[in-house]
Amino acid sequence: MATFLAKRLAMMLVTMVAASFLVFAVCEFTPGSVARKSLGPFATQEQVDLLTQKLKADDPLLVRYGRWAGVLLGIIPDPLQDPSTGLNFTDPRGARYFGNFGYSTLNKLPVNDVIWDRLGNTAILGGLAFLLIVPLSIIFGVLSGLKEGGILDRSLSVVSITFTSIPEFASGVFLVTLFVILWPLLPGTSPLDTGSGWSIPSQLVLPVAVLVIYDFGYVARMIRVSMIGVMEKPYIRTAVLKGMSTRQVVLGHALRNAMIAPFTVLLLQINFLISGVVVTELVFAYPGFGRLLLDASLFGDIATIEAATLITVAIAVTTQFIGDLGYMLLDPRIRLR
Amino acid sequence: MSVLTEQSGTEARAASAKIIKRRQWTRILRSRTAMIGLFIVTFWVLAALLAPILPLYSPTEQDVMAMADPTPSATHWLGTDILGRDQLSRLIFGARTVLMVAPLSVAVAMIVGITMGMLAGYYGGWIDAVISRFSDVILAFPVLVLYVILIANIGPSIINIVIATTIASAPGIGRITRGLVLGLKHQEYIAAARLRGESTLFIMLVELLPNCRSMLIVDACLRIGYTIITIGILGFLGLGLPPPNPDWGGMVKESTTVLNVWPLMSLVPSFAIVSLVLGFNLLADGLREAWKP
Repeated sequence: MATFLAKRLAMMLVTMVAASFLVFAVCEFTPGSVARKSLGPFATQEQVDLLTQKLKADDPLLVRYGRWAGVLLGIIPDPLQDPSTGLNFTDPRGARYFGNFGYSTLNKLPVNDVIWDRLGNTAILGGLAFLLIVPLSIIFGVLSGLKEGGILDRSLSVVSITFTSIPEFASGVFLVTLFVILWPLLPGTSPLDTGSGWSIPSQLVLPVAVLVIYDFGYVARMIRVSMIGVMEKPYIRTAVLKGMSTRQVVLGHALRNAMIAPFTVLLLQINFLISGVVVTELVFAYPGFGRLLLDASLFGDIATIEAATLITVAIAVTTQFIGDLGYMLLDPRIRLR
Repeated sequence: MSVLTEQSGTEARAASAKIIKRRQWTRILRSRTAMIGLFIVTFWVLAALLAPILPLYSPTEQDVMAMADPTPSATHWLGTDILGRDQLSRLIFGARTVLMVAPLSVAVAMIVGITMGMLAGYYGGWIDAVISRFSDVILAFPVLVLYVILIANIGPSIINIVIATTIASAPGIGRITRGLVLGLKHQEYIAAARLRGESTLFIMLVELLPNCRSMLIVDACLRIGYTIITIGILGFLGLGLPPPNPDWGGMVKESTTVLNVWPLMSLVPSFAIVSLVLGFNLLADGLREAWKP
């Protein structure tokens, strides 16, 4: 068990390093952009060249990546905060500490000052959506998996397929048209402040609904497949033949076994909900993590992109790990081997 | 005598294979979801193909008179956009873009992904380890983040969307193919082909690939649906094909600013995307049901 854990942790670290390097390579393909982005569009070419030189932004990719990793681990100070650059970038935490994601050229603030609030906002949005997606998809999946090809299965399947076919921006348009324009019940934007006169909970309704609509059908389909597989097992036939009611068969025998495989699928939705929310956040002007990442990517704010990527990949590998552990706990056949 | 039995054996096998094949096709024809899906997809494909000969306005031509009231009229059946361009025409020409880019992207991703999966599954060992670890890294990325970072950095164009789709989906396709190949490679007919002295390439293309066909076709249909959504999202995020190309996601984005005045302007392209994606998803579902062993 200890070696298994150590191996998995090492794999997770390697994945994160590889992912951060890939992003670095894509974003930093054109060296020197950091200087231009830090100084803004009105700086002269000489100023940009001077800063490029000071930041050693012309070094080979691998050297620059090493420098970025050094800053992150607190081994070397952030070069952008050096007073000699004349940028006046200062981080109250100091220029050298563990977990230093550097300076955001987009927000003109340390990345650590921006990113965690945004992540928290997205966690609220994603968490609420997740709380609705789990029961909805289980109900849909289990009911349609009870009798494959039956009328209930066909109708629930068509509903799930239809919902997964609605991209977030389309359902955003549909819901805003219905509940904001035609029947003004809810706010059309969710900036998470009460200045507009709408309470915070009312601002969360539509964004959460958009996420649930797009995601629950997919999970329901996965649970359906697993449920069908379980319902074909001999022990279910035995339970039915010995006269148990459908409710007893489903709750006592089928449900737990049918949930083993979709457990991982459900966990994977957390990854989707942390970063796949870009569109929803854009539609409703929600101050979240996804929109920060989008803005940073469009602007070319490498420090923020790297931080956001590292966080999303860390969440992804962690949920994968938890998924494997949960799989072992749910299924005695794997645990006891 | 032996020649005779052998021959009739082959004939019988060919005949039964033909019956199975025919049964598969009738099952597709009888599956209502597959037929509805096929109908929707065919509708859009025909619209896209016939766009140049249909009596439509040019998708980029501005009708200044219509800008004051862009709602549907006798001249513009679905109204115009905020710049006075005919919505129906932009919708149909937009279908051309989406129906060209999405299947092309998925085809390239399938070729790369199937190659990866075949190599990993068939050879195993270090080749499998390298390909699988590389796929793990890509799959750990949230897909949309990957698209946004790639397109924001290499710029939006058809080629770049194809490249981004390939990078994002090839590892997933590879994983499916690898699983299928692992299940097939110890079958007798593979051993027989190897004993006959067939080349590895022959075994992969002629023996393994056709047996993975149904799963991969279903997966491709689903992926075309997802890619249409992704192209829509990229357009909506402002990372779509450069204007004035009509692009459904871009059409939604441009019109959301006037959503509270003219909601139809956003609703029309939204419905178009939903219908086409739904078509591909229903088709995939129908095919999966029909091809179930």
